[in-house]
Amino acid sequence: MIDIDSLTIKKAGEMMQAGEITSVDLVSACLARIEEKNKELNIFLEVFAGALEEAKKADEKIKRGEGGPLTGIPIAVKDNILVNGKINSSGSKMLENYRASYDAFVIKKLKEAGAVLIGRTNMDEFAMGSSTENSAYGPVRNPLDPSRVPGGSSGGSAAAVAGGMALASLGSDTGGSIRQPASFCGVVGMKPTYGAVSRSGLTAMSSSLDVIGPMAKTSEDARIVFECIAGRDEMDGTSKGPPSQSEGGPFNMQGDPLHANMQGDPLPLHLKRIGIPRDFLKEGIDPEVLQNFEHSVEKLKKAGYEIKDISLPYSKYSLAVYYIIMPAEVSTNLSRLDGVRYGLREEGESVSDSYKKTRALGFGQETRRRVMLGTYVLSHGYYDAYYNQAWKVRRAIMKEYDGIFKEVDFVMTPTTPTPAFKFGAKKDPVEMYLSDIFTVSANLAGLPSISIPSGLSKEGLPFGMLFTAPTGQDYSLFPLEKDLK
Amino acid sequence: MEIKDIEKLAELAKLNLEDSEKDALSADLEGILGYIEQIREAKIDETDADTEPVQKNVWREDEARPRQFSREEILNQFPDSQDGFVKVKKIL
Repeated sequence: MIDIDSLTIKKAGEMMQAGEITSVDLVSACLARIEEKNKELNIFLEVFAGALEEAKKADEKIKRGEGGPLTGIPIAVKDNILVNGKINSSGSKMLENYRASYDAFVIKKLKEAGAVLIGRTNMDEFAMGSSTENSAYGPVRNPLDPSRVPGGSSGGSAAAVAGGMALASLGSDTGGSIRQPASFCGVVGMKPTYGAVSRSGLTAMSSSLDVIGPMAKTSEDARIVFECIAGRDEMDGTSKGPPSQSEGGPFNMQGDPLHANMQGDPLPLHLKRIGIPRDFLKEGIDPEVLQNFEHSVEKLKKAGYEIKDISLPYSKYSLAVYYIIMPAEVSTNLSRLDGVRYGLREEGESVSDSYKKTRALGFGQETRRRVMLGTYVLSHGYYDAYYNQAWKVRRAIMKEYDGIFKEVDFVMTPTTPTPAFKFGAKKDPVEMYLSDIFTVSANLAGLPSISIPSGLSKEGLPFGMLFTAPTGQDYSLFPLEKDLK
Repeated sequence: MEIKDIEKLAELAKLNLEDSEKDALSADLEGILGYIEQIREAKIDETDADTEPVQKNVWREDEARPRQFSREEILNQFPDSQDGFVKVKKIL
């Protein structure tokens, strides 16, 4: 059997092209690992029955010379992304028996590329959480230390890659839900520019913030998946499509644009200026995380990056803004879950009573909390003070980033204030919400952002560095990894 | 936040709550509101806030584009149905 832990998409693809391994070998190795470990780690909610069949088809495609970079590659999918004919529960009892009637745009793209969808991964209910402890199907355990959380909400997708159960996965990121678990599990997680990847077929949580993105072992693998799933889609009214070359993409791993400009204009953009918002790093951060951060900054300096301190005064309100706009949109989006057309229904004495009983039974504690909070901030008398004010600050944050990106190419912080924590460690909601303190700004401003592994703590827990780039500069994020090594 | 406020919100949100949860939610919401309260003091320069809309709809041509779905699969999603229609309690 092949050693799945040592393989990347790139390497496995080359080996399949050379006929050294087959997709059936790869998928079998992942299935064997799932069989061995899933009971303990609770990463997959379902393993797709047809995976080996798909692998056989991929092998034939490769034999015919029709394979691409993702043909035959086993990929795991977060349980809130629709795969036609499969259950899609979003980690909730409400949708335990909901079966998708179409493919999400990103799934259509992966299928066209010949990727093998291996199963759907566990997550915090409706993508709300930072630890997967909010899943209605029990939490995911971190494969690197099963006494700790994998992060969330895409904890299952991060753990699937870290645990050798897939070579890459899809997650969704509303306030950090790809990047934070990627950091906790020691993998790369990337949140694309808002609108670069279609939301069609993603269960809506907070529509002005949600985006689907890749999780993988290396930046190069993440780039391969991103390139496949990015694209303009008319089923998503906010879809802008992938960044064009004038917007900075696509880049190769050296940071040079992939396609030569026909006019022979000067091409390579040497994106080497990094800004550090020192004000964010003053309190509430684990000393080992800070040490790892400074160490990473030194490495980048040696690699020729220009490092400067920057100030983002409005961004200190990011998490507060997020916890107004997000629950407002959550309470609106989840109002459709009333037991009428699909999902759970608990009969009551009247229509209204049925709604209330269904929603009380179908929604977990954190979902109820956020629906209540969203209802509050949108209610008469509070709307101006909270919701409208939050949007004003959000616009100011966007403008602030626009300004700062005239001076630097990336903003850099640690991905999370601490490494992966133990189960039950954060009982107070606000304490849990602070896990996303560094990641939320990119969602509010719609910016592309990546978490890259940056070493291990004394206890062997992974650290991650977070880089955020200007709108549309998604491809500029991938080459950073080689300079962090 | 008082229990009657929690009950009013629960009514608006169409959620049944146990009494014990009302107390817990009241404490949780107070804590969260205590945190988000800080944005009320954010001094916004109106020129910073008053920019063009953050997100724009991207329209397609307004023409019918039929998509094929499995009628059976959609019918199967209905929690209760009769003769191919979704069945609900009387609303009047």
